[in-house]
Amino acid sequence: MTIRITKKSSRSGIVGNIEELSGVNLSTCYQCKKCSSGCPVGDLAGSPPSEIIRRLHLGADEELLESDIVWMCMSCETCSARCPMGIDIAAVMDALRALALKKGTPAPEGNVPLFNRALLTTVKLFGRTYDMGMIAAYKLGAHKFLQDTGKFPEMLKKKKIALILPRGSDKKTVRRIFRKTQVKRDSKP
Amino acid sequence: MKYAYFPGCSAHSTARDSHMSTLAVAHALDIEMVEPIGWSCCGATAAHQTGRVLAAALPAANLVLAQHMGMDMVATCAACYNRLKIANFEISHSPEMREHVSDAIGRDYDGSVRVIHFVELLIKDIGLKSIRSKLKKSLDNLKVACFYGCLLVRPHDVMQFDDPENPTSLDNLVNMMGGESLDWPHKVECCGGGLSLTRTDVVIRLTDSILAMAQESGAECIAVACPMCQSNLDMRQKDITKATGRKYNMPIIYTTQLLGLCLGLSPKELGLEKLIVPADKIIEVIEGK
Ligand code: SF4
Ligand code: SF4
Repeated sequence: MTIRITKKSSRSGIVGNIEELSGVNLSTCYQCKKCSSGCPVGDLAGSPPSEIIRRLHLGADEELLESDIVWMCMSCETCSARCPMGIDIAAVMDALRALALKKGTPAPEGNVPLFNRALLTTVKLFGRTYDMGMIAAYKLGAHKFLQDTGKFPEMLKKKKIALILPRGSDKKTVRRIFRKTQVKRDSKP
Repeated sequence: MKYAYFPGCSAHSTARDSHMSTLAVAHALDIEMVEPIGWSCCGATAAHQTGRVLAAALPAANLVLAQHMGMDMVATCAACYNRLKIANFEISHSPEMREHVSDAIGRDYDGSVRVIHFVELLIKDIGLKSIRSKLKKSLDNLKVACFYGCLLVRPHDVMQFDDPENPTSLDNLVNMMGGESLDWPHKVECCGGGLSLTRTDVVIRLTDSILAMAQESGAECIAVACPMCQSNLDMRQKDITKATGRKYNMPIIYTTQLLGLCLGLSPKELGLEKLIVPADKIIEVIEGK
């Protein structure tokens, strides 16, 4: 893929922000691309990890937060494990997601942020995840209602998904945690 | 031996079989597993992708329970295990994180509770020799591809579970049970993790390549130690056929289920009927021995 970025003055764009959020120094990357070759979504994503780093070097701005890999990355940590310079690329991906949430970047394909919100909402309500509620909330929001519905009868028959609400968790502490750690957004996504 | 047992949310839903087989095996080996009263979700990938303090505080609320019980914390889900260990690491390495987390959970936590995966407990705390002396049946040279995935072994400096590129702990267990663990290249690949619902296309691609490699290597089943790996690899086999035409009939079995069978426990109490791809042939082989 061609990298289309106009070179601006050095250290422009979001690189400083990402380095600060991740605690990673990106300047030692010499583009060996080991991270990208081990990345499970490296060949599916528009920009594999090494290219994300290169684009940051070249002064990429907030448009980088819309790269599909930001929410395709599963934090498998293969990139970080294999980087010869010890760069924690997975932490860079965390920082990109944190910034995307903060900036309210438009929802990516599959809308992972919506899924995360649905999951965390059930945790906030019950102290534990509640699959049925989480799946319903996500599917309604993502308009994916028919996907995988064929699996439910079999899963119910095998008792592989719980119908009853989770019980027994210390909900008070869980709610306190959510209250104390609330992520503030610049604008709503 | 007594441990605090963190079942994880999936234990009562999609991974009831993991929960059942873990408790049955623990019982057979005289390991006492005590669920901390009031345990809550570890936050999984969703919290990790949302905020650093949230991602450390949710596990910490559980770890502090184990600390009060004076016990080590055992997890069976690789994702919970990973989140609990990373929280410990972050809290014990950063006074600032410790302060934030303690404030969020409402009590001080220093990140010092020992967290182990049930497989680790079997190998390190009980020992293969002692388990072998209790086996009633054998895997009878069953060809098993052991799958570790990501979260058990990475990041290595935190997890310290096994070699990050070529782990052998599950293999040692399988071989101890009389199975033939295969040397195959996809042990630590990613199954797609939490993208199962959001990017099913990605999960299908990744599980297809893992299943293809296992099949090519001659595996009769894949042994796992994580509910997420289990459900992605087990549930997506028909979808892969629909998408690619490639057919699989590969049972994806929890290591604890294989061990339970060898300890003479019944398939029912190990939750084996819950697998989507049936493991009947394998059960016959082991039970027939
Ligand atoms: S592996 Fe490390 S040095 Fe190589 S391209 Fe990736 S980040 Fe850069
Ligand atoms: S952590 Fe993310 S970017 Fe790194 S190899 Fe895994 S999926 Fe790719």
